[in-house]
Amino acid sequence: MPVTNIHEAASFFPWCILILFFLLEYRYKIGLLGSFIMPVVFVLMLSSSVFPREIKEINPLLKSYWLIIHTILAFLGDASFAMAFGIGIMYLLQERYLKSKHLSGLFLRLPNLQVLDELNYRLISLGFPLLTLAIITGAIWASTALGKYWRWDPKEVWSLVTWLIYALVLHLRLTLGWRGRKAAVLSIIGFILVIFTFFGVNLILKGFHAFV
Amino acid sequence: MNILVVGLNHKTADIEVREKIAFDGHKLSDAFSIMSTLSEIKENIILSTCNRVEVYANVKDADSGAECIKKFLSDFHNIPRETLDKSLYAYDGRNAIRHIYRVASSLDSMVVGEPQILGQLKDAFEFALKRKSTGVFLNRLMKKTLSVAKRIRTETKIAESAVSISFAAVELAKKIFEDLHTKSFMLMGAGEMAELAAGHLINNGVKDVLVTNRTYERAEEIAKEFNGKAVKFDEFLQELVHTDIVICSTGAPHYILLKEQMHKIMKQRKNRPVFIIDISVPRNIDPEINNLDNVYLYNVDDLKGIVNTNIQERSREAEKAEKIVDEEIEAFLKWQKSLSAVPTIVALRDKAEAIRKDELEKTLHKLSGLGEKDVNAIEALTNSIVNKLVHFPTTALKSEAEDKDAMIDIVNRIFGLSMEAGGQSDKSEDAIKEKDNELE
Repeated sequence: MPVTNIHEAASFFPWCILILFFLLEYRYKIGLLGSFIMPVVFVLMLSSSVFPREIKEINPLLKSYWLIIHTILAFLGDASFAMAFGIGIMYLLQERYLKSKHLSGLFLRLPNLQVLDELNYRLISLGFPLLTLAIITGAIWASTALGKYWRWDPKEVWSLVTWLIYALVLHLRLTLGWRGRKAAVLSIIGFILVIFTFFGVNLILKGFHAFV
Repeated sequence: MNILVVGLNHKTADIEVREKIAFDGHKLSDAFSIMSTLSEIKENIILSTCNRVEVYANVKDADSGAECIKKFLSDFHNIPRETLDKSLYAYDGRNAIRHIYRVASSLDSMVVGEPQILGQLKDAFEFALKRKSTGVFLNRLMKKTLSVAKRIRTETKIAESAVSISFAAVELAKKIFEDLHTKSFMLMGAGEMAELAAGHLINNGVKDVLVTNRTYERAEEIAKEFNGKAVKFDEFLQELVHTDIVICSTGAPHYILLKEQMHKIMKQRKNRPVFIIDISVPRNIDPEINNLDNVYLYNVDDLKGIVNTNIQERSREAEKAEKIVDEEIEAFLKWQKSLSAVPTIVALRDKAEAIRKDELEKTLHKLSGLGEKDVNAIEALTNSIVNKLVHFPTTALKSEAEDKDAMIDIVNRIFGLSMEAGGQSDKSEDAIKEKDNELE
């Protein structure tokens, strides 16, 4: 798995997003979606290039097939959140056009609100179980490798915060009908947390996840 | 071969003149019968809509052809020539082709980009085909016209956005909802514009239709018309909980739906989006409602604003369309020019074939003791000599040279071909068809 240092992770992540993007593009044919996803992909790729490329031997303590399962789940989950982020921005834009009654430019090319809202919901409902499983498999891996399920290392804490946000998004939608703009805003906040967990924790707060 | 357009439209003639000159019902059939007897006119199509009446014709001479059609229109409809001449226009050649292309792509319509005219033109062409009043030339022109109109429709945004209030309402609904077939609709009040918009929404497939009105009987009447259900006016608030699209035109002098009320309804709806169109003047719905999440409120001025923007957009696109028209005119004229040599080529071939047959017969008469095989061989020999000789002038005539007209003239003179001016035998008609196929 090409995820043992941050350079590899930051290159592998956009690749996951692209795979998901092509699946979505094939299924929904939202041409404009690319314009909102590609900048994310581009920034990630760009950031990957500033990190050191050398591949260090992975800590034998951590070597296990749990590594593969845990990281794949985490990356796919994060990729769906990235898509939900792009869709959320499209929703906010289209909503702004409709509310302000200024109907030109991108308005004509953006899809309808309902489709964007539903897609946002579906992507989060896909990402959330993936993130949940990633956290669970991570815990199992930690217990076999380090003897403890949960170590309160910064990555774990921030993943939990992200998990809570997305749990809240789904919960509020199902109980109070928080759809549309509110759901879009929350999915954007959620993805900002994802990115912080991804880079911030590694760069600012060091922990076991900091690729050893 | 001269292409000619004679007619009038909403710009040149008042409704009084247009309704008199319209070919409705059996009149069209009668008109074709009379036109077929006019020797000036070789081919013709009659287009008659509420905004225009036009005759497209292939005539021997443009001026006398136009005169002939004008006289026919005046006689047929019993309208004095002076009245008619004020409104009629006549175009020939390049201008005629331009006019037909512009009409078909609705650049000449009252509402630029409207889709009906193309269908009407198709119908007119089909009717003419049925009456066998068209030939190679107009058929080709019409086919080309339809494809030009299609090209303009796909390459420009001339017909893209709504230019009427009721269509704008439908278009907005489609930007909020994915599928109108799953959405319910309520019409509050009545009125021409409201009912028109309601009709468009229903045509686009909204699922349930509710109608409410201060007088319940009136609601029932309208509901019947739209295949919907009448709702008592004091119950409309409850109905709003499961209505997705609302058109309001009650004529009440004050707001009948306030922000607080809508806020409650949205909670009950679990925030499912609502699209409300307030057509009433004075407004019936508190404009503040637009600030609630998932509520989209448009009033009549908002819709007018959208329509105006779209009309401006269309006129910008119309400029692109005019450029396409210009391009396509050149293409058609090129084809038309390539036809000018056809009668000469046909005459040349006919003459050569006649000489060959004549000489062959004479010689075969003189020779004796020839077997069938020998006769065939001589026949083949003469054929190939003639074909090879004729081949060079033919290719030269078919080519697109600058001095084509001079060349045609020279070939006619050196081979002694007598061409009747502008005349067209059945044979050259076939030859044009052949060439037509070649080009396609």
